[in-house]
Amino acid sequence: MKRKTDVAAEAQEGGLSFHPLQQFEVHPLFGDGPIHWYTVTNATVWLLLAAVAVVIFFVVGSAGRKLIPSRMQSVGELGYDFVHNMVVDVTGQDGAKYFPMVMTLFLTIVFSNLLGLLPGSFSPTSHIAVTAIMGVGVFLFVTLLGFWKHGFHFLGLFWMKDAPLILRPIIAVIELISYFVRPVSHSIRLAGNIMAGHAVMKVFAAFAPMILISGIGVLVTPVSVLAITAIYALEVLVAFIQAYVFTILTCVYLKDALHPGH
Amino acid sequence: MATTTTTTEAATEVAHEAAKAGMPQLDPTHFVNQIFWLVVTLLVIFFVLKLVALPRIGGTLATRRGTIINDLAAAEELKQKAVAAEKAYNDALVSARTEAGKIVTAAKAEIQADLNKAITKADAQIAAKATESAGRIDEIRAGAQAAITEVAKDTAKELVAALGGTADARSITAAVTARLKG
Repeated sequence: MKRKTDVAAEAQEGGLSFHPLQQFEVHPLFGDGPIHWYTVTNATVWLLLAAVAVVIFFVVGSAGRKLIPSRMQSVGELGYDFVHNMVVDVTGQDGAKYFPMVMTLFLTIVFSNLLGLLPGSFSPTSHIAVTAIMGVGVFLFVTLLGFWKHGFHFLGLFWMKDAPLILRPIIAVIELISYFVRPVSHSIRLAGNIMAGHAVMKVFAAFAPMILISGIGVLVTPVSVLAITAIYALEVLVAFIQAYVFTILTCVYLKDALHPGH
Repeated sequence: MATTTTTTEAATEVAHEAAKAGMPQLDPTHFVNQIFWLVVTLLVIFFVLKLVALPRIGGTLATRRGTIINDLAAAEELKQKAVAAEKAYNDALVSARTEAGKIVTAAKAEIQADLNKAITKADAQIAAKATESAGRIDEIRAGAQAAITEVAKDTAKELVAALGGTADARSITAAVTARLKG
Protein backbone atom coordinates (compact mmCIF):
# COMPACT_ATOMS: atom_id res chain seq x y z
CA MET A 1 0.00 0.00 0.00
CA LYS A 2 2.80 2.35 1.01
CA ARG A 3 4.53 1.94 -2.32
CA LYS A 4 1.37 2.60 -4.25
CA THR A 5 0.75 5.84 -2.37
CA ASP A 6 4.29 6.96 -3.14
CA VAL A 7 3.82 6.17 -6.79
CA ALA A 8 0.57 8.08 -6.70
CA ALA A 9 2.21 11.11 -5.17
CA GLU A 10 5.01 11.04 -7.71
CA ALA A 11 2.68 10.61 -10.63
CA GLN A 12 0.42 13.43 -9.52
CA GLU A 13 3.25 15.81 -10.11
CA GLY A 14 3.47 14.52 -13.67
CA GLY A 15 -0.23 15.17 -14.27
CA LEU A 16 -1.60 11.63 -13.99
CA SER A 17 -4.25 11.00 -11.34
CA PHE A 18 -3.67 7.91 -9.25
CA HIS A 19 -6.57 7.02 -7.01
CA PRO A 20 -6.58 3.23 -7.12
CA LEU A 21 -8.48 3.02 -3.84
CA GLN A 22 -11.06 5.66 -4.57
CA GLN A 23 -13.32 3.02 -6.10
CA PHE A 24 -13.69 1.35 -2.71
CA GLU A 25 -15.05 4.44 -0.96
CA VAL A 26 -18.50 4.13 0.50
CA HIS A 27 -20.69 7.19 0.18
CA PRO A 28 -24.41 7.86 0.60
CA LEU A 29 -26.38 7.45 -2.58
CA PHE A 30 -28.68 10.38 -1.82
CA GLY A 31 -27.31 13.60 -0.34
CA ASP A 32 -24.00 13.94 1.43
CA GLY A 33 -24.84 13.34 5.08
CA PRO A 34 -23.22 10.95 7.52
CA ILE A 35 -23.65 7.20 7.00
CA HIS A 36 -26.17 5.83 9.50
CA TRP A 37 -26.80 2.12 9.83
CA TYR A 38 -29.79 2.39 7.48
CA THR A 39 -28.34 4.84 4.93
CA VAL A 40 -28.56 3.61 1.36
CA THR A 41 -25.04 3.80 -0.04
CA ASN A 42 -23.38 2.75 -3.27
CA ALA A 43 -22.37 -0.44 -1.45
CA THR A 44 -26.03 -1.10 -0.63
CA VAL A 45 -27.08 -0.67 -4.25
CA TRP A 46 -24.59 -3.19 -5.59
CA LEU A 47 -25.38 -5.69 -2.86
CA LEU A 48 -29.08 -5.42 -3.61
CA LEU A 49 -28.37 -5.71 -7.33
CA ALA A 50 -26.76 -9.06 -6.55
CA ALA A 51 -30.06 -10.05 -4.93
CA VAL A 52 -31.91 -8.82 -8.03
CA ALA A 53 -29.59 -10.90 -10.22
CA VAL A 54 -30.38 -13.94 -8.09
CA VAL A 55 -34.09 -13.29 -8.55
CA ILE A 56 -33.67 -12.87 -12.33
CA PHE A 57 -31.59 -16.00 -12.85
CA PHE A 58 -33.12 -18.30 -10.27
CA VAL A 59 -36.74 -17.21 -9.95
CA VAL A 60 -37.66 -15.62 -13.29
CA GLY A 61 -35.37 -17.96 -15.22
CA SER A 62 -36.76 -21.09 -13.64
CA ALA A 63 -40.40 -20.02 -13.91
CA GLY A 64 -40.90 -22.01 -17.12
CA ARG A 65 -40.07 -25.35 -15.43
CA LYS A 66 -39.45 -26.61 -18.95
CA LEU A 67 -38.35 -30.18 -19.49
CA ILE A 68 -35.95 -28.88 -22.12
CA PRO A 69 -34.64 -25.77 -20.39
CA SER A 70 -34.38 -22.30 -21.89
CA ARG A 71 -30.99 -20.59 -21.62
CA MET A 72 -31.87 -18.69 -18.47
CA GLN A 73 -33.30 -21.82 -16.92
CA SER A 74 -30.09 -23.67 -17.83
CA VAL A 75 -28.00 -21.11 -15.96
CA GLY A 76 -30.10 -21.56 -12.85
CA GLU A 77 -29.97 -25.34 -13.10
CA LEU A 78 -26.22 -25.36 -13.68
CA GLY A 79 -25.74 -23.21 -10.57
CA TYR A 80 -28.06 -25.46 -8.60
CA ASP A 81 -26.29 -28.64 -9.66
CA PHE A 82 -22.85 -27.11 -9.19
CA VAL A 83 -23.40 -26.07 -5.57
CA HIS A 84 -25.61 -29.03 -4.70
CA ASN A 85 -23.01 -31.51 -5.92
CA MET A 86 -20.32 -29.60 -4.04
CA VAL A 87 -22.27 -29.75 -0.78
CA VAL A 88 -23.15 -33.43 -1.13
CA ASP A 89 -19.68 -34.47 -2.32
CA VAL A 90 -17.90 -32.71 0.51
CA THR A 91 -20.27 -33.02 3.46
CA GLY A 92 -22.17 -36.16 2.51
CA GLN A 93 -25.88 -36.68 2.14
CA ASP A 94 -26.66 -35.34 5.62
CA GLY A 95 -25.15 -32.00 4.66
CA ALA A 96 -27.75 -31.53 1.93
CA LYS A 97 -30.06 -29.64 4.28
CA TYR A 98 -27.49 -26.84 4.55
CA PHE A 99 -27.54 -26.49 0.77
CA PRO A 100 -29.75 -23.33 0.75
CA MET A 101 -27.37 -21.62 3.15
CA VAL A 102 -24.29 -22.53 1.11
CA MET A 103 -26.08 -21.59 -2.10
CA THR A 104 -26.94 -18.18 -0.59
CA LEU A 105 -23.29 -17.53 0.22
CA PHE A 106 -22.12 -18.69 -3.20
CA LEU A 107 -24.62 -16.62 -5.15
CA THR A 108 -24.16 -13.50 -3.03
CA ILE A 109 -20.41 -13.63 -3.51
CA VAL A 110 -20.36 -14.64 -7.17
CA PHE A 111 -22.90 -12.01 -8.22
CA SER A 112 -21.24 -9.29 -6.11
CA ASN A 113 -17.89 -10.17 -7.66
CA LEU A 114 -19.18 -10.24 -11.22
CA LEU A 115 -21.32 -7.10 -10.89
CA GLY A 116 -18.32 -5.38 -9.33
CA LEU A 117 -16.45 -5.90 -12.59
CA LEU A 118 -18.82 -3.60 -14.47
CA PRO A 119 -17.01 -0.31 -15.12
CA GLY A 120 -17.99 2.30 -12.56
CA SER A 121 -19.56 -0.21 -10.21
CA PHE A 122 -18.71 -1.11 -6.65
CA SER A 123 -17.60 -4.47 -5.25
CA PRO A 124 -19.18 -5.16 -1.88
CA THR A 125 -16.92 -8.21 -1.59
CA SER A 126 -13.82 -6.01 -1.70
CA HIS A 127 -14.73 -4.82 1.78
CA ILE A 128 -13.43 -6.73 4.76
CA ALA A 129 -16.51 -5.70 6.75
CA VAL A 130 -18.68 -7.69 4.33
CA THR A 131 -16.46 -10.75 3.94
CA ALA A 132 -15.61 -10.85 7.65
CA ILE A 133 -19.27 -11.05 8.58
CA MET A 134 -19.71 -13.93 6.18
CA GLY A 135 -16.51 -15.63 7.34
CA VAL A 136 -17.27 -15.18 11.03
CA GLY A 137 -20.88 -16.14 10.41
CA VAL A 138 -19.80 -19.41 8.83
CA PHE A 139 -17.29 -19.96 11.65
CA LEU A 140 -19.85 -19.41 14.41
CA PHE A 141 -22.52 -21.44 12.65
CA VAL A 142 -20.17 -24.36 12.05
CA THR A 143 -18.77 -24.30 15.59
CA LEU A 144 -22.19 -24.14 17.23
CA LEU A 145 -23.47 -26.84 14.89
CA GLY A 146 -20.53 -29.05 15.82
CA PHE A 147 -21.15 -28.68 19.55
CA TRP A 148 -24.90 -29.05 19.11
CA LYS A 149 -24.54 -32.24 17.05
CA HIS A 150 -21.69 -33.90 18.93
CA GLY A 151 -21.38 -32.06 22.24
CA PHE A 152 -18.00 -32.56 23.82
CA HIS A 153 -16.98 -35.04 21.12
CA PHE A 154 -16.68 -32.17 18.68
CA LEU A 155 -13.34 -31.41 20.35
CA GLY A 156 -12.13 -34.72 18.89
CA LEU A 157 -11.52 -32.63 15.80
CA PHE A 158 -8.36 -31.36 17.52
CA TRP A 159 -7.26 -34.65 19.06
CA MET A 160 -5.52 -36.66 16.33
CA LYS A 161 -5.99 -40.29 17.23
CA ASP A 162 -3.62 -41.43 14.47
CA ALA A 163 -0.72 -39.36 15.84
CA PRO A 164 1.74 -40.66 18.46
CA LEU A 165 0.57 -39.86 21.98
CA ILE A 166 3.42 -37.45 22.72
CA LEU A 167 2.66 -35.37 19.64
CA ARG A 168 -1.07 -35.20 20.23
CA PRO A 169 -1.12 -32.19 22.60
CA ILE A 170 1.20 -30.26 20.30
CA ILE A 171 -0.90 -31.08 17.28
CA ALA A 172 -3.99 -30.15 19.28
CA VAL A 173 -2.60 -26.67 19.95
CA ILE A 174 -1.68 -26.21 16.29
CA GLU A 175 -5.07 -27.47 15.19
CA LEU A 176 -6.79 -25.14 17.63
CA ILE A 177 -4.86 -22.13 16.34
CA SER A 178 -5.55 -23.09 12.74
CA TYR A 179 -9.21 -23.50 13.62
CA PHE A 180 -9.44 -19.95 14.94
CA VAL A 181 -7.48 -18.58 11.99
CA ARG A 182 -10.07 -20.05 9.64
CA PRO A 183 -12.53 -17.10 9.65
CA VAL A 184 -9.65 -14.67 9.21
CA SER A 185 -8.14 -16.39 6.17
CA HIS A 186 -11.60 -17.23 4.89
CA SER A 187 -12.67 -13.59 4.73
CA ILE A 188 -9.37 -11.84 4.00
CA ARG A 189 -8.71 -14.16 1.05
CA LEU A 190 -11.90 -13.04 -0.67
CA ALA A 191 -11.69 -9.33 0.11
CA GLY A 192 -7.96 -9.23 -0.65
CA ASN A 193 -8.31 -10.93 -4.01
CA ILE A 194 -11.11 -8.72 -5.19
CA MET A 195 -9.54 -5.55 -3.87
CA ALA A 196 -6.10 -6.26 -5.31
CA GLY A 197 -7.45 -7.04 -8.77
CA HIS A 198 -9.55 -3.90 -8.90
CA ALA A 199 -6.72 -1.73 -7.57
CA VAL A 200 -4.26 -3.08 -10.15
CA MET A 201 -6.72 -2.41 -12.93
CA LYS A 202 -7.14 1.12 -11.68
CA VAL A 203 -3.37 1.65 -11.60
CA PHE A 204 -3.07 0.58 -15.21
CA ALA A 205 -6.06 2.74 -16.03
CA ALA A 206 -4.23 5.71 -14.56
CA PHE A 207 -1.28 5.05 -16.86
CA ALA A 208 -3.49 4.76 -19.93
CA PRO A 209 -3.84 8.53 -20.69
CA MET A 210 -0.04 8.94 -20.65
CA ILE A 211 -0.06 9.52 -24.39
CA LEU A 212 -1.81 12.86 -23.80
CA ILE A 213 0.95 14.00 -21.48
CA SER A 214 4.32 12.87 -22.74
CA GLY A 215 6.02 11.16 -25.63
CA ILE A 216 6.68 7.95 -23.74
CA GLY A 217 2.92 7.47 -23.75
CA VAL A 218 3.22 6.00 -27.25
CA LEU A 219 4.70 2.99 -25.52
CA VAL A 220 2.94 3.15 -22.16
CA THR A 221 -0.64 3.62 -23.30
CA PRO A 222 -0.97 0.48 -25.49
CA VAL A 223 0.75 -1.60 -22.82
CA SER A 224 -1.65 -0.24 -20.19
CA VAL A 225 -4.70 -0.95 -22.28
CA LEU A 226 -3.51 -4.48 -23.02
CA ALA A 227 -2.73 -5.00 -19.35
CA ILE A 228 -6.20 -3.81 -18.33
CA THR A 229 -7.74 -6.23 -20.82
CA ALA A 230 -5.64 -9.13 -19.57
CA ILE A 231 -6.26 -8.37 -15.91
CA TYR A 232 -9.96 -7.91 -16.55
CA ALA A 233 -10.10 -11.41 -18.03
CA LEU A 234 -8.16 -12.72 -15.06
CA GLU A 235 -10.52 -10.92 -12.70
CA VAL A 236 -13.55 -12.56 -14.28
CA LEU A 237 -11.90 -15.86 -13.50
CA VAL A 238 -10.95 -14.72 -9.99
CA ALA A 239 -14.52 -13.51 -9.37
CA PHE A 240 -15.77 -17.01 -9.94
CA ILE A 241 -12.88 -18.87 -8.35
CA GLN A 242 -12.99 -16.86 -5.14
CA ALA A 243 -16.71 -17.49 -4.80
CA TYR A 244 -16.00 -21.17 -5.40
CA VAL A 245 -13.17 -21.22 -2.86
CA PHE A 246 -15.27 -19.48 -0.22
CA THR A 247 -18.10 -21.93 -0.83
CA ILE A 248 -16.03 -25.09 -0.84
CA LEU A 249 -14.24 -24.02 2.35
CA THR A 250 -17.65 -23.47 3.92
CA CYS A 251 -18.51 -27.02 2.89
CA VAL A 252 -15.26 -28.36 4.33
CA TYR A 253 -15.92 -26.61 7.65
CA LEU A 254 -19.47 -27.97 7.60
CA LYS A 255 -18.09 -31.44 7.07
CA ASP A 256 -15.82 -31.01 10.10
CA ALA A 257 -18.85 -30.00 12.16
CA LEU A 258 -20.95 -32.89 10.94
CA HIS A 259 -18.24 -35.56 11.03
CA PRO A 260 -15.54 -34.39 13.44
CA GLY A 261 -14.07 -37.90 13.67
CA HIS A 262 -12.94 -37.68 10.01
CA MET B 1 -22.40 13.76 28.22
CA ALA B 2 -21.84 16.35 25.57
CA THR B 3 -18.10 16.10 25.94
CA THR B 4 -18.20 12.30 25.58
CA THR B 5 -20.15 12.60 22.35
CA THR B 6 -17.75 15.17 21.03
CA THR B 7 -14.79 13.00 21.95
CA THR B 8 -16.33 9.97 20.25
CA GLU B 9 -17.15 12.01 17.19
CA ALA B 10 -13.67 13.43 17.15
CA ALA B 11 -12.20 9.93 17.44
CA THR B 12 -14.41 8.68 14.62
CA GLU B 13 -13.43 11.70 12.56
CA VAL B 14 -9.76 10.90 13.08
CA ALA B 15 -10.31 7.28 12.08
CA HIS B 16 -12.29 8.45 9.08
CA GLU B 17 -9.50 10.77 7.96
CA ALA B 18 -6.95 8.00 8.45
CA ALA B 19 -9.01 5.71 6.28
CA LYS B 20 -9.37 8.42 3.63
CA ALA B 21 -5.63 8.47 3.33
CA GLY B 22 -5.33 4.67 3.19
CA MET B 23 -7.84 1.95 2.51
CA PRO B 24 -11.51 2.93 2.59
CA GLN B 25 -12.14 -0.64 3.72
CA LEU B 26 -10.66 0.16 7.12
CA ASP B 27 -12.92 3.14 7.78
CA PRO B 28 -15.12 1.97 10.66
CA THR B 29 -17.77 4.68 10.21
CA HIS B 30 -19.71 2.64 7.68
CA PHE B 31 -19.10 -0.85 9.06
CA VAL B 32 -22.49 -1.01 10.76
CA ASN B 33 -24.19 0.20 7.61
CA GLN B 34 -22.41 -2.41 5.48
CA ILE B 35 -23.15 -5.19 7.92
CA PHE B 36 -26.80 -4.23 8.14
CA TRP B 37 -27.27 -4.22 4.38
CA LEU B 38 -25.26 -7.41 3.97
CA VAL B 39 -27.50 -9.18 6.44
CA VAL B 40 -30.56 -7.82 4.63
CA THR B 41 -29.21 -9.03 1.27
CA LEU B 42 -28.26 -12.43 2.64
CA LEU B 43 -31.70 -12.88 4.19
CA VAL B 44 -33.46 -11.77 0.99
CA ILE B 45 -31.39 -14.15 -1.16
CA PHE B 46 -31.73 -16.96 1.38
CA PHE B 47 -35.52 -16.76 1.53
CA VAL B 48 -35.90 -16.26 -2.21
CA LEU B 49 -33.81 -19.38 -2.75
CA LYS B 50 -35.25 -21.44 0.07
CA LEU B 51 -38.91 -20.67 -0.56
CA VAL B 52 -39.10 -20.24 -4.33
CA ALA B 53 -36.07 -20.90 -6.47
CA LEU B 54 -34.48 -24.04 -5.04
CA PRO B 55 -37.67 -26.12 -4.61
CA ARG B 56 -38.72 -25.14 -8.11
CA ILE B 57 -35.38 -25.92 -9.76
CA GLY B 58 -35.00 -29.09 -7.70
CA GLY B 59 -38.48 -30.14 -8.78
CA THR B 60 -37.73 -29.44 -12.43
CA LEU B 61 -34.51 -31.43 -12.23
CA ALA B 62 -36.26 -34.34 -10.50
CA THR B 63 -39.05 -34.31 -13.08
CA ARG B 64 -36.50 -34.31 -15.87
CA ARG B 65 -34.59 -37.18 -14.31
CA GLY B 66 -37.87 -39.12 -13.92
CA THR B 67 -38.86 -38.42 -17.51
CA ILE B 68 -35.49 -39.56 -18.80
CA ILE B 69 -35.65 -42.77 -16.76
CA ASN B 70 -39.21 -43.44 -17.93
CA ASP B 71 -38.31 -42.73 -21.54
CA LEU B 72 -35.34 -45.04 -21.34
CA ALA B 73 -37.52 -47.76 -19.84
CA ALA B 74 -40.11 -47.23 -22.58
CA ALA B 75 -37.38 -47.38 -25.21
CA GLU B 76 -36.08 -50.61 -23.69
CA GLU B 77 -39.59 -52.05 -23.73
CA LEU B 78 -40.10 -51.04 -27.36
CA LYS B 79 -36.76 -52.59 -28.22
CA GLN B 80 -37.85 -55.83 -26.56
CA LYS B 81 -41.06 -55.69 -28.56
CA ALA B 82 -39.14 -55.12 -31.77
CA VAL B 83 -36.91 -58.09 -31.00
CA ALA B 84 -39.96 -60.25 -30.25
CA ALA B 85 -41.62 -59.08 -33.48
CA GLU B 86 -38.49 -59.92 -35.45
CA LYS B 87 -38.38 -63.35 -33.83
CA ALA B 88 -42.05 -63.94 -34.64
CA TYR B 89 -41.42 -62.85 -38.23
CA ASN B 90 -38.47 -65.21 -38.55
CA ASP B 91 -40.46 -68.08 -37.02
CA ALA B 92 -43.30 -67.39 -39.44
CA LEU B 93 -40.84 -67.33 -42.30
CA VAL B 94 -39.31 -70.66 -41.28
CA SER B 95 -42.67 -72.36 -40.84
CA ALA B 96 -43.86 -70.93 -44.15
CA ARG B 97 -40.78 -72.35 -45.84
CA THR B 98 -41.33 -75.76 -44.26
CA GLU B 99 -44.96 -75.69 -45.31
CA ALA B 100 -44.04 -74.72 -48.84
CA GLY B 101 -41.49 -77.55 -48.94
CA LYS B 102 -44.14 -80.01 -47.82
CA ILE B 103 -46.58 -78.76 -50.46
CA VAL B 104 -43.94 -79.07 -53.16
CA THR B 105 -43.10 -82.63 -52.13
CA ALA B 106 -46.76 -83.56 -52.02
CA ALA B 107 -47.38 -82.01 -55.42
CA LYS B 108 -44.39 -83.84 -56.85
CA ALA B 109 -45.63 -87.16 -55.49
CA GLU B 110 -49.10 -86.56 -56.88
CA ILE B 111 -47.74 -85.65 -60.28
CA GLN B 112 -45.53 -88.75 -60.24
CA ALA B 113 -48.55 -90.91 -59.39
CA ASP B 114 -50.62 -89.38 -62.19
CA LEU B 115 -47.75 -89.85 -64.55
CA ASN B 116 -47.32 -93.49 -63.61
CA LYS B 117 -51.02 -94.10 -64.06
CA ALA B 118 -50.99 -92.44 -67.47
CA ILE B 119 -47.94 -94.46 -68.55
CA THR B 120 -49.55 -97.72 -67.46
CA LYS B 121 -52.72 -96.85 -69.34
CA ALA B 122 -50.81 -95.91 -72.44
CA ASP B 123 -48.81 -99.18 -72.27
CA ALA B 124 -52.05 -101.15 -72.00
CA GLN B 125 -53.50 -99.37 -74.98
CA ILE B 126 -50.33 -99.93 -76.99
CA ALA B 127 -50.38 -103.63 -76.12
CA ALA B 128 -54.06 -103.94 -77.16
CA LYS B 129 -53.36 -102.21 -80.44
CA ALA B 130 -50.37 -104.46 -81.13
CA THR B 131 -52.37 -107.62 -80.48
CA GLU B 132 -55.10 -106.45 -82.80
CA SER B 133 -52.57 -105.57 -85.48
CA ALA B 134 -50.95 -109.01 -85.17
CA GLY B 135 -54.37 -110.68 -85.70
CA ARG B 136 -54.93 -108.62 -88.77
CA ILE B 137 -51.53 -109.55 -90.16
CA ASP B 138 -52.20 -113.29 -89.64
CA GLU B 139 -55.56 -112.95 -91.36
CA ILE B 140 -53.99 -111.17 -94.28
CA ARG B 141 -51.27 -113.79 -94.50
CA ALA B 142 -53.82 -116.61 -94.49
CA GLY B 143 -55.80 -114.84 -97.21
CA ALA B 144 -52.68 -114.48 -99.31
CA GLN B 145 -51.91 -118.25 -98.93
CA ALA B 146 -55.31 -119.17 -100.25
CA ALA B 147 -55.02 -116.77 -103.12
CA ILE B 148 -51.60 -118.17 -104.04
CA THR B 149 -52.93 -121.76 -104.06
CA GLU B 150 -55.82 -120.73 -106.36
CA VAL B 151 -53.51 -118.88 -108.70
CA ALA B 152 -51.07 -121.76 -108.79
CA LYS B 153 -53.82 -124.31 -109.66
CA ASP B 154 -55.18 -122.07 -112.37
CA THR B 155 -51.74 -121.41 -113.76
CA ALA B 156 -50.81 -125.08 -113.68
CA LYS B 157 -54.09 -126.09 -115.52
CA GLU B 158 -53.50 -123.47 -118.15
CA LEU B 159 -49.88 -124.61 -118.54
CA VAL B 160 -50.89 -128.20 -118.95
CA ALA B 161 -53.50 -127.18 -121.47
CA ALA B 162 -51.08 -125.10 -123.40
CA LEU B 163 -48.63 -127.97 -123.59
CA GLY B 164 -51.35 -130.05 -125.16
CA GLY B 165 -52.27 -132.24 -122.38
CA THR B 166 -55.39 -132.54 -120.48
CA ALA B 167 -55.35 -132.60 -116.83
CA ASP B 168 -58.07 -133.33 -114.49
CA ALA B 169 -58.66 -130.92 -111.68
CA ARG B 170 -57.92 -133.51 -109.01
CA SER B 171 -54.36 -134.36 -110.03
CA ILE B 172 -53.45 -130.73 -110.52
CA THR B 173 -54.68 -129.81 -107.07
CA ALA B 174 -52.68 -132.68 -105.63
CA ALA B 175 -49.55 -131.65 -107.52
CA VAL B 176 -49.85 -127.97 -106.54
CA THR B 177 -50.50 -128.80 -102.91
CA ALA B 178 -47.50 -131.11 -102.93
CA ARG B 179 -45.40 -128.46 -104.53
CA LEU B 180 -46.58 -125.72 -102.09
CA LYS B 181 -45.85 -127.92 -99.18
CA GLY B 182 -42.43 -128.64 -100.38
